[in-house]
Amino acid sequence: MPIYLVPALPLASCILISLCCLQGRRQRLAPLLLIAALAGSLLVSLLLLVGLAGGELSPGPRHLFPWLAVQASDPPLVLQFGFLLDGLSALMMVLVSAVALLVQVYSIGYMRGDDGYGRYFAFMALFSFSMLGLVTASNLLQTYVFWELVGLCSYLLIGFWYRKPEAANAAKKAFVVTRFGDVGFLLGVLALSYSAGTLDLGGLQRIIAGGELRPFFFGASAFTTVVALLIFSGAVGKSAQFPLHVWLPDAMEGPTPVSALIHAATMVAAGVYLVARTYFIFEASPYTLGVVALVGVVTAFLAASIALSQHDVKRILAYSTISQLGYMMLALGAGGYVAGMFHLTTHAFFKALLFLCAGSVIHAVHSNDIRDMGGLARRMPVTALTCAVGALALAGIPPLSGFFSKDEVLSCVVTSSSLVMLVGETGRRVVLGAALAVVFMTACYMGRMWLVVFAGRRGESADHAHESPLVMTGPLALLALLAAGAGVLNLPALHHPLGQLLGEGEPAAAVPWVATSSVAIGLAGLALAAAIYGLRLLDLGRIKSGWPLALYRGSQQNWYLDAFYTVVVARAVLVGADIIAWVDRHVVNGMVDGVGWLAGRAGTGLRRAHTGQLQVYAYVLVSAAVLVVLVLWVSRSGYVLVPFLR
Amino acid sequence: MSAIPLSWFLALAGVLFAIGVFGVLTRRNAVAVLMGVELMLNACNLNLVAFWRYLHPTALDAPVFVLLVITIAAAEAAVGLAIVLSVYRNFRGIEVGELDLMKH
Repeated sequence: MPIYLVPALPLASCILISLCCLQGRRQRLAPLLLIAALAGSLLVSLLLLVGLAGGELSPGPRHLFPWLAVQASDPPLVLQFGFLLDGLSALMMVLVSAVALLVQVYSIGYMRGDDGYGRYFAFMALFSFSMLGLVTASNLLQTYVFWELVGLCSYLLIGFWYRKPEAANAAKKAFVVTRFGDVGFLLGVLALSYSAGTLDLGGLQRIIAGGELRPFFFGASAFTTVVALLIFSGAVGKSAQFPLHVWLPDAMEGPTPVSALIHAATMVAAGVYLVARTYFIFEASPYTLGVVALVGVVTAFLAASIALSQHDVKRILAYSTISQLGYMMLALGAGGYVAGMFHLTTHAFFKALLFLCAGSVIHAVHSNDIRDMGGLARRMPVTALTCAVGALALAGIPPLSGFFSKDEVLSCVVTSSSLVMLVGETGRRVVLGAALAVVFMTACYMGRMWLVVFAGRRGESADHAHESPLVMTGPLALLALLAAGAGVLNLPALHHPLGQLLGEGEPAAAVPWVATSSVAIGLAGLALAAAIYGLRLLDLGRIKSGWPLALYRGSQQNWYLDAFYTVVVARAVLVGADIIAWVDRHVVNGMVDGVGWLAGRAGTGLRRAHTGQLQVYAYVLVSAAVLVVLVLWVSRSGYVLVPFLR
Repeated sequence: MSAIPLSWFLALAGVLFAIGVFGVLTRRNAVAVLMGVELMLNACNLNLVAFWRYLHPTALDAPVFVLLVITIAAAEAAVGLAIVLSVYRNFRGIEVGELDLMKH
């Protein structure tokens, strides 16, 4: 099975949809084309995965054609366009095509009757192609191209309802904020291309492992650290890590299936994937690994604390996504390569599930605010049940998938050497404490969300709500199965299948007390949520003053980070822009105007010379000729006339 | 033959040319301006002939050139006088200073 089929099939469907299915009744064909293509991709990916696991296929790049050759650089840089088949790419291919397939089926129901039905599926097809291309790219420049393509698709789909000013603004914000990180990524790629002479992932790994990197600034170790940090900055932007996480909550303006696929399961995980893909660079500079872990844990903690107080159901899930992405970064940074990818996989399933559940509820209630919902469990039993599975998986309750992956992440932190290296033993304990606090908060906000939406008094708009059609509940049920069962992927009893696929073998032994304490903390979080929102033992409405109120306000306002960016960063940019605009208006424009003014004045002045008198013209002519002769005479010692006059 | 040096001829031609230029620039009568032009042309002819006679007496270029200039001077006089006649009919006079239609 050729690997290029995996991205090529969605690309073909994208072209077909764009050519024939953008208008009128033919739009109904669009989802069928895309679903057929994605089913094909999923099938090929599964065959590749099985072949790889069974040892029939050898891992390695499959080059299609020579792409770029830069002879001028030393050593000459030759890039092959191709696709890389290994455990990581096979896992991501299966994950992306499976989630994309289910989301597209769901979209048939969710997007029915929308004006841009065909356009929606064309964008989704483009995204599927780009994402599958990103996870299979065999060299870093190719990765970067697809990286920008998924960013473009994200922009197009966040701003899908472009007539809404919030959606258009959110799309712009997402594009601009991620750009800050992308610049770093591009610089990292360029630095590598100069110092390594190749961007092929296999070649890079050999060169860096063999210490053959030829840095053009700093020493070898500092250079590697800088490159790793640059690449990580790309991941920070794409995976919405602190401090560039502000775009993801706003990105919820897009259609909910888009949020499920792009902003929960796949694209935002691309940053985590990138770090995992270039893990050999990070391993070569352990300090960077520590930085990755610290950024991850800060992000996880901040985002979870914000999710506690949000009222918009999609924003709760968005902050939860940021928090979980931080968790994956923490795992990678703590040295848990497999743990990070494991959590990425399980998170893709249960968070896509949660978003699709939210979409189902929004579809029924026509509101995003959880205060408008309530008591929906009886009206929407399938959604309520599947959402409960997703929420419990996210809270890390056994035997659902989230428990296993979260347990591995925490175990990595306990045994991490990179963290100890950067912040010391005490620092590592603080990080572990923060990670456990995140477990508590996660359970708490998921319990809150589920109880407020599905239990309790029936909200006003909930009276007319009814269960979504089968085309939407079907994917919910399938995703719920995956979210519940994905834990077996890396079960110790099965000798860690995922770890073997990713080539890490047996991981460090799990720490028993981590599992029990994290479950206990998760249950405590759920209990707190139940006490407040289910049994109403505590009334948060009585908090009217003092530091709890300040905390609550801060949490609701994203810890004022958006306000900070608006006031400080945006204003600084605007002041700079004003200065440049002034220079443009008065200096540059003044010069252009000045040239025109000068020509005009010169013309007015010279007009007087034209008297129309023939003899004046002749006089000027003669005097000029005399002048020329005089000048020549003086300057060249009479070369013209003197010999004859002598 | 060589009693008169070349420079005398050149000086004479220069004086002639200067008189012609002076006529062209200062005379108000269009016919007199044309006469000035004729003087300038003949000063050039004198130069050409003098150079030929003293420097390259065997070459034929210069006499041919002089004949050409004489012919063109005749043509120029004919065309110039015709223009002057036409100007007289239109302006009732041949004052060069009043011919400033180009300006308006």
